[in-house]
Amino acid sequence: MRKLFVILLVVFLSVSALASIKVGAILPMTGGVAAFGQMIWQGVELANELFPEVLGEKIEIVLLDNNSDKVQAVNTARRAIEQEGVVAIIGQVISSNTIAGGTVAEENGVAMVSPSSTNPLVTQDKKYVSRVCFSDPFQGVAAALLAFNNMGAENVAVFVDVEQDYAVGFANYFKETALELGGSVFYEYYKSGDQDFTAQVSDAISKGAGAFFIPGYYQEIALIAIQARQLGFYEPIIAGDGAAVPETIEIGGEAVNGLYFTTHYDSGSPAITENAKLFVEAYTAKYGEAPGTFTALGFDTYLVVRDAIERAGSTDREAIAKAVRQTKDYPAVTGIITIDENGDAIKSVTIVKIENGKFVYDTTINP
Amino acid sequence: MDPKTLLQNFVNGLSLGSLYALIAIGYTMVYGILRLINFAHGDIFMMAVYFALFFVTLAQLPWYLAAILAIACAGLLGFTVDRIAYKPIRNAPRISALITAIGVSFFLESLAVVVFSGIPRSFRTIFPQLLNEMIIIGGEMEVKYGREVIVGGIRFPVISLITLIVAAIALVFLWWFIFRTKVGMAMRAVSLDIQTTSLMGVNVDRVIGMTFALGSALAGIGGILWAIRYPQVWPYMGFIPGMKAFVAAVFGGIGSVPGAVLGGLILGITEVMMVGIMPGAAGYRDAFAFFILIIVLSIKPSGLLGRPEIVKV
Repeated sequence: MRKLFVILLVVFLSVSALASIKVGAILPMTGGVAAFGQMIWQGVELANELFPEVLGEKIEIVLLDNNSDKVQAVNTARRAIEQEGVVAIIGQVISSNTIAGGTVAEENGVAMVSPSSTNPLVTQDKKYVSRVCFSDPFQGVAAALLAFNNMGAENVAVFVDVEQDYAVGFANYFKETALELGGSVFYEYYKSGDQDFTAQVSDAISKGAGAFFIPGYYQEIALIAIQARQLGFYEPIIAGDGAAVPETIEIGGEAVNGLYFTTHYDSGSPAITENAKLFVEAYTAKYGEAPGTFTALGFDTYLVVRDAIERAGSTDREAIAKAVRQTKDYPAVTGIITIDENGDAIKSVTIVKIENGKFVYDTTINP
Repeated sequence: MDPKTLLQNFVNGLSLGSLYALIAIGYTMVYGILRLINFAHGDIFMMAVYFALFFVTLAQLPWYLAAILAIACAGLLGFTVDRIAYKPIRNAPRISALITAIGVSFFLESLAVVVFSGIPRSFRTIFPQLLNEMIIIGGEMEVKYGREVIVGGIRFPVISLITLIVAAIALVFLWWFIFRTKVGMAMRAVSLDIQTTSLMGVNVDRVIGMTFALGSALAGIGGILWAIRYPQVWPYMGFIPGMKAFVAAVFGGIGSVPGAVLGGLILGITEVMMVGIMPGAAGYRDAFAFFILIIVLSIKPSGLLGRPEIVKV
C-alpha cells in the first residue's frame, strides 16, 4: 500500500513537472543593484499573469537571486540549467553579471535573454546570449549628443565605476562621440559601493567641469549628485539607464532635480504597440502607479522568450535558442524588437528628466 | 592641486575621518577590554540605522526620540549578541571567538536582507534637512540657472561638525567612564585577567555585557550620523565602514580610545587626499587604507598610541 502510494506520488510529480515549461529568471533581488532586479521581476510576473501559457502548457518561472554578484551570477546560471532544468533563461541584469553568467549558458547551449545588459561584451562572440535592449555604443552616442548638443556643455567630467563593465564601456563610447563633437572629457574614478565622492567632486570642480556624466548605477548616481550640489556644483548632471529607478529620486532628493538620463522606455512616452497599452493598463491596475523602465524590460523579455518557445514549437533548448535569435519585428512594450545575428536589439533611446521628484519624458533619439 | 582644492580636500577628509573615528571608538573599546575583534560591529552599526529608519517611518516617532531609541536598541542588540554568541565560548581560544564574530556579522547581514529586503532605502527625509546644509567660508554670490547661489568657498557639512563634537564627547565620556567609575574599574580589571577578576567578586559576564552594550551603542551613534551624511540604507552598508574603523583602530593602537580617534581622522584625511592627488587611482582607495595599515604596523607594531605588548614568559 505504502509502495503504491510512493509510486503514485512519483508519477504525479513527474506528470505535474511535464505539464509546465520551466523558464529561469536570474535577477539581482538583493545586493547593490537589487532595485533593478525587483522591478524586472515585477514585469516578468505581470507578463506571466497575462500570458501564462505557451504550446498549451503553463510557463513556470524559476526565480534565482544572483545577489548582484559576479560569482553568484555563474552559480545561479549553473543551478538553473543543471538542477532546475530550465529551457531558457531570462537574465541577467547588469552587464558584469550577464558576461559572467553568459559563459555557462554558452557551454550548455541554453538561451539567456537579458532585459537590460547594455555592454557590447555581453553578446560579443556568443551564440546563446541575446538582449532585448539597445547596447552602449549607441547609448554612448545618445548621451554625448544630449550633453554636448542639447545642453551645450564643453568640458565634461565622467565618473567611471571601475568595477562595472557597463560603466567603463559606456564612458568610453561617450568619450568617442564627445571628441567627434569637438568637446573635451576627463575621467574621475570610483568603485561600486563607495559612499564618499567628495575628493572626486572637488577635483572635477577644480578642473572646470561644465557638466557631470555618471554612467553608473543609481546608488552612486544619487550620492554623487548630493555631494556635487553640496560642494557647490550647479551645472547639469547626466546619467544613463542606471538612473531609471525610483531609488535615484528617493535617495537623491533635491540634488537629482534637473538630472537628465538616457533610458529604454518611459511610461509617459507615446505608446507605439498594443502591448505597451496593455502593459501600462495592467500595471497601473495592479500597483496603482505608473510602471518603470526596468519593469517594462522584464515584461518584454518574458514576451520575447515566450514567443521564441512558441515559434520553436518544442521545449528543445537548442531550438528555442535559435528562435530567440530569429525574433523579428516583435511588437513589445519598449519598442519593436528585432534581434540581429549578434544577439542585439536595435532600439531607440529615450531621454528622461527628473523634475520636482518625478520622471518626465523628454525626447526619443532614434538610431 | 591648487591650494583651494587642497584645503577643501583636507576638510572633506576631516568630515569622512570624523565618522571613522566615532565608529573606531566602539571597536577599540571592545578590543581593549576583551581582546576580541568584534567583526559584527559594522553590522550593529547597520541595524541601528534601520531601527532609526523604522522608528521614524513606521512608528512615526520624532527624529530625536527615534535616534535615542535606536541607539538604545543597538546597545541591547550588542548585549544580546554577547549573551548568545560570545558568552558560551568565553574560555575557548581567542580564535574561536574571532570566527564566531565573523559568523555573527554574516548572520546579521543576512537577517537584514530577509527582514528589511535588499533594496537600498533612503534616509534623506528622516532627519532635519538642516543637518545636511553646508557651512561655507568664502565664496561669492552669483546667479546660476535662475537661482542665487554661492559659488566657490570652502565647504563643510553641518553634520560633520556635529560628528566631530560627538566624537570628542564620546572620548571624554569613555575616559571618565573607564577611569572614574566602578564599572570602568571592573572593565579594566577584566582586560588584565578575567579569571582573577571573577575571583575578586566581580560579575564578569555583566561587565563584559556592559562593554558590548556601550560599544554597540557607540556603533549605533556612528551609524546614524553616517546615514545622515550618506543617506542610503542597505544591509551591507556596515561592511566597509566597519573595516575602515577596524583599520583606524589598529592604526591608532588597538585598545586605545584616543588612538582610535586619531587613527580615524588620519585615515579619512589620507584617503581623501590620496584620491585628490591621484584621481586615477581612486578605485583603489580601500586597498590604500590597508596599505597604510601594513606600513604603520611594520614600523610601529602596536599602532600610534598603543602600548607595546609585553610578552610574559
